Amino acid sequence: MTNHTERDDISGTETTGHEWDGLKELDTPLPRWWLYIFYATIAVAVVYWVLMPAWPIGNSFTPGTLHFSDRRNVATDVATLQQARAPMYERLSHATPADIERDPQLQQFARAAGESAFGDHCRTCHGAGGGGQPGYPNLTDDVWLWGGSVGDIEHTIRVGIRSSSPETRMSMMPAFGRLQMLTPAQISDSTEYVISLGPAAARLHPDNAAAARGSAIYGVQCAACHGATGAGDRTMGAPSLRDDVWLYGGSREEIRKQIELGRGGVMPTWESTLDPGTIRALAFYVHELGGGEPDAPASPAASIPTNGAPAASNGAAVAPTQSPAQPSGATR
Amino acid sequence: MWSFHKWFERHSLLLLIGILVVVSIGGIVQIAPLFFIDSTIERVEGVRPYTPLELAGREVYIQEGCYLCHSQMIRPLRDEVERYGHYSLAAESMYDHPFQWGSKRTGPDLARVGGRYSDEWHRAHLVDPRSVVPESVMPPYAFLAHQDLDVRHMDEHLRVNRLLRVPYSDDQIAHANADAVAQATPDGDGAAGFAQRYPNVAMRDFDGDPAHVTKMDALIAYLQMLGAGVNFSTYHADAPENQR
Repeated sequence: MTNHTERDDISGTETTGHEWDGLKELDTPLPRWWLYIFYATIAVAVVYWVLMPAWPIGNSFTPGTLHFSDRRNVATDVATLQQARAPMYERLSHATPADIERDPQLQQFARAAGESAFGDHCRTCHGAGGGGQPGYPNLTDDVWLWGGSVGDIEHTIRVGIRSSSPETRMSMMPAFGRLQMLTPAQISDSTEYVISLGPAAARLHPDNAAAARGSAIYGVQCAACHGATGAGDRTMGAPSLRDDVWLYGGSREEIRKQIELGRGGVMPTWESTLDPGTIRALAFYVHELGGGEPDAPASPAASIPTNGAPAASNGAAVAPTQSPAQPSGATR
Repeated sequence: MWSFHKWFERHSLLLLIGILVVVSIGGIVQIAPLFFIDSTIERVEGVRPYTPLELAGREVYIQEGCYLCHSQMIRPLRDEVERYGHYSLAAESMYDHPFQWGSKRTGPDLARVGGRYSDEWHRAHLVDPRSVVPESVMPPYAFLAHQDLDVRHMDEHLRVNRLLRVPYSDDQIAHANADAVAQATPDGDGAAGFAQRYPNVAMRDFDGDPAHVTKMDALIAYLQMLGAGVNFSTYHADAPENQR
């Protein structure tokens, strides 16, 4: 084949020199814009090799002159965020409930941080707004199993209930039916007596004869925790039976079922997941939801270890679940 | 240069060899290092192979298409780390065949859902998601509580996983079918053997129905161990070898 160049008369383009039955093939060059972009991508690739992690070498790789690392970046981002929040969390973790009440700025911060943390960690069980579900206490009423002061709430958040924490709050209602501690008839009688104790009596109209029989059973089996009058005992998380608030439902069937099964839920311990500032903010937020009770003057809340400084653990910027609060205007 | 190219174009065998040479350069760059390094995944303490029950739960997860709405991959981005916890490590899906990273989050990420909620919460949520999360759009999976788990072939599952280099022992494979039941019946006869083969693994009646080992047991057992293996208070994210 000859290397002559031949121009097509009509298009003015060179031909390849191939010819089939008088038809010639045009050797149209690539469009210039396309070609330059192609060369540019090659150049960018070379620059990229230099700047960014690119080539594997044995057990390692070329890190690139920028030393880019997603893991380092996220660590920096989280550290920056923590630093921005640190002063307020620091103040919060030192503040007593009274201090928070006095300081509008701190109050606003605690409310926003608490709301955001509540949305991330608590609402799945306690419901948006803290309304609760059967088995998951309502946090907006003034009925508290373990106490409703900021200090009590904070302690519950820290150690959990029936949780894996060694300090966990612990109470265990026996399953009187399942463990056959009481006969079905005795359980019916106890149910009537429990109903007769409080305002539920007006709704459910207990059978007085059965309630009288149940009274004796109550004295032996229930009074130790729920108290002789059914007022409950917060030191062991025994609910009051004299209000008309029922964790597992207030119908006759549900009350009976609870005596049979002695159900008890689990609240996780948050001590290892959330930092003390966030826990304080959560306690304040939950306290404010509706039924908060005043703290005793010498509040245990004041003795919580202060650990609001950023990067508490080995300077690790990425602690697993840090406080999800934005300083203000938090949304989820 | 173009005449050299012409030479390739006119000899198809040479062109074929030329193509092979060019393609192999790309292949060698990507593949060859894998033969010379011990493992592409850094080892992280706390990651362990699935127990037979968890593996069965993982099968349920795949069967029911959970991955279509739930991801299992926390990316190293600030907001994700804030919400879900520490970003996912490669090692955490090293025993997943196939992995369940997913690509869509209609529901939340599940990479660290283990231990976050109680078994009872999971039961209530799987039976009727809206009973605990009113705004949820998840369909109910109440039927899982009524379907007995088929444990007859768990040994085959383990064996296939071993082919894929999951380090199951002969002992674990031999007892796989019984172990699937044992993990959900802590009072049963197989409990001691299970605890010995799988130390420090939670054994309990996950679905609240001691009489049956159901698909619900398996799924909750699986969910409760997701992302809970690595202790991030001792894992040094800022160590140079972990900062790649």
